[in-house]
Amino acid sequence: MSYTQIGILAVLFAVFLDLFILKTRILRKPVWWISYLIVVFFQFITNGTLTGFAIVQYDPKFNLGENFYSNTPPLIGDGRLFFAPVEDLLFGFSMCLSAIGLWVYFGRKGIQNLPISNTSQKMRERFKFLR
Amino acid sequence: MQLTNFAYLGVLSFILLGTIWLEFMVGARVLRKPLRLVMAITPVFLGLVVWDIYAISQGHWWFNEKYVTGWQIGIVPIEELLFFIVVPLAAIYSFEAVRAVKQWQVGDEL
Repeated sequence: MSYTQIGILAVLFAVFLDLFILKTRILRKPVWWISYLIVVFFQFITNGTLTGFAIVQYDPKFNLGENFYSNTPPLIGDGRLFFAPVEDLLFGFSMCLSAIGLWVYFGRKGIQNLPISNTSQKMRERFKFLR
Repeated sequence: MQLTNFAYLGVLSFILLGTIWLEFMVGARVLRKPLRLVMAITPVFLGLVVWDIYAISQGHWWFNEKYVTGWQIGIVPIEELLFFIVVPLAAIYSFEAVRAVKQWQVGDEL
């Protein structure tokens, strides 16, 4: 199987896990999508570093790219987005959705689900402008 | 070994330092729930290790020896193993920070 195929399967699995196995259904909540947007923003920076400096290299036989790059790949194009193979978005999405889904699932099962309201009032005041 | 061999580890440190402050500054209570954290990350970690072993053995991707330490378990660089812990942790931090700031319910509240 190619990276592209495994990536698509992983996303389908993570979605299925959230909606039907764990029934956490965080995909239907804005909190997931806002968190994910933040994660993706930083993924472009950190993964862009890993792939832009060719710390990690990929064989185009197994992804949507046409060419191999032993040095900096294109910023955008040839199956790349911010230097990284677009498949990395599938990898990241499935990884984060599964981890957060399980996190919420075990919280709902009563494992260490201290109330978020324990946050001190001072801390909350500090970030009030974001609300 | 040269400093460049720690490049991948450097990126991981950046991710860790870039998120761990949320524990103290925003009230994302993640490290204070260690059991729940281990239970959430372990299955994801194991799945990703299997994926990584397959991908490395098939040649989907590999690592520039200039930028990794060379420390490995089997064919998997320790950088990758740490990545599969640090990044899910960062994702959970992002999630907990958003809900703490927005005061949103996700159904696991007491």
